[in-house]
Amino acid sequence: MEKTLKKYFPVFVLPTAVAFLIGFVVPFVLAIYLSFCSFTTVSDAKFVGFSNYIQAIKDTSFLHSVAFSAIFTVVTVIIINVLAFAVAMCLTKKIKGTNLFRTVFFMPNLIGGIVLGYVWQLLFNGVLAYFNRTLTYSSMYGFWGLVILLCWQQVGYMMILYIAGIQNISSDMLEAAQVDGASPMQRLFRIIIPSVRPTIVICTFMTLTNGFKLFDQNLALTAGEPSKGTEMIALNIYNTFYGSTSTFRGVGQAKAVIFAVALALIGVIQMRFTAGKEDK
Amino acid sequence: MKTGKKVVALLSAAVMTAGILGGCGGSGNDAGNAAADTSAAKDTTAAADDGGSSAAGTGSVYYLNYKPEVDAQWQELAASYTEQTGVPVTVVTAASGTYEQTLTSEIAKTEAPTLFQMESESWVDNWGQYCDDISDSFIAQHASAETIQVDGKVIAVPYVKESYGIIYNVDLLNEYFALDNAVVTSVEEINNFDKLKAVADDIQARKDELGVEGAFTSAGLDGSSNWRFTTHLANMPIYWELTDKGVTTATELDGTYVPNYKNLLDLYFTDATCDPALLSGKTGDDAMAEFCDGMAVFYQNGTWAWTPDGDMAGMNVAFLPLYTGVEGEENIGVCSGVGNYWCLNKNATEEDKKATLDFLEWVITSDEGKETLAGKMSFNVPFDTFDGYELENPLFASANAYEAAGKTTVSWIGSQCLPTENWKANLASALIEYSQGTADWSVVEKCFTEDFAKEWATR
Repeated sequence: MEKTLKKYFPVFVLPTAVAFLIGFVVPFVLAIYLSFCSFTTVSDAKFVGFSNYIQAIKDTSFLHSVAFSAIFTVVTVIIINVLAFAVAMCLTKKIKGTNLFRTVFFMPNLIGGIVLGYVWQLLFNGVLAYFNRTLTYSSMYGFWGLVILLCWQQVGYMMILYIAGIQNISSDMLEAAQVDGASPMQRLFRIIIPSVRPTIVICTFMTLTNGFKLFDQNLALTAGEPSKGTEMIALNIYNTFYGSTSTFRGVGQAKAVIFAVALALIGVIQMRFTAGKEDK
Repeated sequence: MKTGKKVVALLSAAVMTAGILGGCGGSGNDAGNAAADTSAAKDTTAAADDGGSSAAGTGSVYYLNYKPEVDAQWQELAASYTEQTGVPVTVVTAASGTYEQTLTSEIAKTEAPTLFQMESESWVDNWGQYCDDISDSFIAQHASAETIQVDGKVIAVPYVKESYGIIYNVDLLNEYFALDNAVVTSVEEINNFDKLKAVADDIQARKDELGVEGAFTSAGLDGSSNWRFTTHLANMPIYWELTDKGVTTATELDGTYVPNYKNLLDLYFTDATCDPALLSGKTGDDAMAEFCDGMAVFYQNGTWAWTPDGDMAGMNVAFLPLYTGVEGEENIGVCSGVGNYWCLNKNATEEDKKATLDFLEWVITSDEGKETLAGKMSFNVPFDTFDGYELENPLFASANAYEAAGKTTVSWIGSQCLPTENWKANLASALIEYSQGTADWSVVEKCFTEDFAKEWATR
């Protein structure tokens, strides 16, 4: 059996490998090349060296968007994971209608980001109108608006992952703890949380990258207003790429490469950090 | 037996690969509204190219259309042309506000558009390198509006002439004139900013008497229609400054007339259907709906707001010029110009180029083409083949009336020398901050002076 598997391994890997090559490797390599070029379309690029990177780093709006995205990500990673875990705990108790609740909490995840952005914009502006303000009044409004939106959208998804994790814990262990007289708090911190560590690792990774990559919701909800105050990294790259002449397309490309590399590094560090603890 | 298994495994793997690759190819063709029709239509195009045995056998046309509001009419016209001549014509329309993005990806393909559009001369920087010299073409020789030329060669031909100003509801304004103590009693008397302000202020004060919510529709600063102020209204202060200096373009401004820009904008903000603090959440649709529901008398927009089957079609509407309080403005009409040009892709094959130019010639000479452009799309088409064609759109009639009365048509020189999309976005941000009271007018002034020059220097 294993021998056959080894023999046909290339055949089964091929489709995914080809898709990966076309969908990721080629665009990524091309993107790195283009970040050193001046171009209008991908076929008329001229090599210009490092000037795009220098301009990208000098751009204060880019640095602001990096800081904004970073703070946003830290806040959402904490809130989403804590909330998702709490909801998952509730819905793994034996209450009536858990399946209904699970479905309802999960549903926001099925709606596209642009639609969500516009819907929440109407909601927020409708409420803020009582105070004669809108979402663009200050960056803080936009920031918390985005936080609420993303939590609403992602808590349900992470909840499903946590539920799966919690249900995998052997009931023997929990019962043994109970017999030994462990309090509910002790059971939570000594047994449940350590047992779902693999789920925590994957959920943190997903919320972390989702926070940094956020684009649709940002574009639809605030579009960076007021005055680029709520512009996140992806939107900043997009605006750089299309906001001016071809001179700036390379700069946008350079920003995108910096962003991709930085995000990959952060992801790897996070996985190392949390997965390392898992082994103990 | 063993070989049988092998064959099955290989086959299924091959099918999966094909499925994935097919999936990629399919999604690659998505270029806006007409995606579904497109891939089908493109296949015919490819077949015609490869075999060279189609009815005409002389190339094909691929038009990347800018205006989503007339996509259906173009599709119809293209299909009819193909039926009559056998030349395959594909029309793809970019989704609203994404033309440059779509063009960027489409033109790099092997099956690139043979015909695409530019918005103004400022697009030449990016796209001039893709424009063919069409000086000798039928469309260039019969153009009655100014073409875009580089080194004396025509590279882009305008195909729609448009005007903008303050659209007013004629019936509502007449109702106002009939009220006791109306500031003026006929629209002819509103011939400068002071009169306009007096009328607007009075309507705003007596809005209940007139049954409206405000004199002006909400000046929505949301991204969907902020171009009404960052491009169209912004034309005015620059137009006056350039006219003073006797030039037609500039990369630096003194901002002499920016206070006049403020005059009219303040009027939009204060005499409106909503509080200025709420404007950043108002959309273009909101303003249009307010106007068509008779909630406001004035609405700044252009001829494109009127379509034969639109909400405005049943209304009695006309233009007022954009009065901003400049000396001598009694003599101006509305702002008219061209904002959409046809360009021929330089990299297309000779057969495709010829097919494209033939198609355009047919569009502007055949009865069917003329009826579609001037009738169904209600465009004012600047080719001499359209001379004498009666326009249904009352806004064109109003714009022409100013011209006929000897008023100076305000050109688009101001909006044509705006540096970048970035600059417009920054002006929109400044206007939002000003409207909600988180910044004072100096941020807007800075856009027109310091930022304008800086944006030109770095673009």
